[in-house]
Amino acid sequence: MIYIIYIALGFMILGLFFASFRFIKGPTAGDRMVALDTLTTILVAGLVVLAYIFQRFIYLDVALVYAVLGFIGVIVIARYLEGAL
Amino acid sequence: MNTAYDIIGAILILIGSIFLFLGGLGIFRMPDVYNRLQAGTKATTLGGMSTILGIGFLMVEDYWGWLVKAIIIVIFIAFSNPISSHALARAMYKRKHYPLIMSKDENMDAYREVADKNQNKEETI
Amino acid sequence: MKELTFNVKFSRFLLNWLFLMVVWVAFTTSFSSQELVVGLVVTMIISLLSISMFTCCTPAILCPRRIFFMIWYLFVFIGALIMSNLDVARRVLTPSLPINPGIVKIKTKLTTNFSKMVLANSITLTPGTLTVDIVDDTLYIHWIDVKTTNPEEAFKEIAEQFEKILLKIF
Repeated sequence: MIYIIYIALGFMILGLFFASFRFIKGPTAGDRMVALDTLTTILVAGLVVLAYIFQRFIYLDVALVYAVLGFIGVIVIARYLEGAL
Repeated sequence: MNTAYDIIGAILILIGSIFLFLGGLGIFRMPDVYNRLQAGTKATTLGGMSTILGIGFLMVEDYWGWLVKAIIIVIFIAFSNPISSHALARAMYKRKHYPLIMSKDENMDAYREVADKNQNKEETI
Repeated sequence: MKELTFNVKFSRFLLNWLFLMVVWVAFTTSFSSQELVVGLVVTMIISLLSISMFTCCTPAILCPRRIFFMIWYLFVFIGALIMSNLDVARRVLTPSLPINPGIVKIKTKLTTNFSKMVLANSITLTPGTLTVDIVDDTLYIHWIDVKTTNPEEAFKEIAEQFEKILLKIF
């Protein structure tokens, strides 16, 4: 069972690699924010997988709080780019 | 000792991680902001939902709270991801990053006139 | 904003209290009596303070027919989500990137803000479409592979299956 988890983590790290390449290179601020949004979602899934590996129930709360903070951050920066802040 | 929950969880985790990888690859390959948003939002939404539900199914025999909390995170992702992508798309259009148009059709960008009209109105006020 | 009658306020309060209590139990994941008592007090205070904010639905949402349509909507939505992900996977993995992007507009018959938000979120997660803006009853949609620029045909292609069910729920 643990090997399937390691394979899944490998796929997630590949996805993180491609998304962070776009985050570094992205020509405009919007591209970087799209990459940040994707990175946040992949990292939330990764945190839940880590909670399974360490067998700690409380780590799920960390993932939930990180999802909330990432969502608020993306919304705030989108409003700022729109010029409404 | 493989129960039915373990098998369901393992399949969901594998499918989900493959879609998360495809989301990252889509961000990398697509040509402009709107297409990147399409690939990134859809693939990571289903990928994240599926992976988190899979972990919930793996641990549900130890303690039922794992599945309930996993479902809370899944509902939050399913609501928040489309909203943030919509906010980003509108912000980029208001900053005059017009979408890439490939065909020769005149009517392909129906939002342009509304955005221009709103822009003029804000300037007069 | 017009003044609400006592009945409307009280029904909204009860609905908020029930919803927040369900969320509380899901967060704490325990049924011990101490947690339940604290949860009842805290959710009552929050729902008293927020009567005028949560206006998305009335207690009529709890009737069995609407709950049946909600569950049906969930299944239609999950099917569309899986289809859209296979679509994205096909486009991303094809070396030549088969895309033909553009923005089309469609008209919706839904009236309340909450139902329009649900429709827009569903459209964002269905194959090849992304909601860019909502102005009154017009939705502007970025379409990754534009088949038609006519609003009615685009509506049939994109939003008809969701709106049919949403009109029965709200």
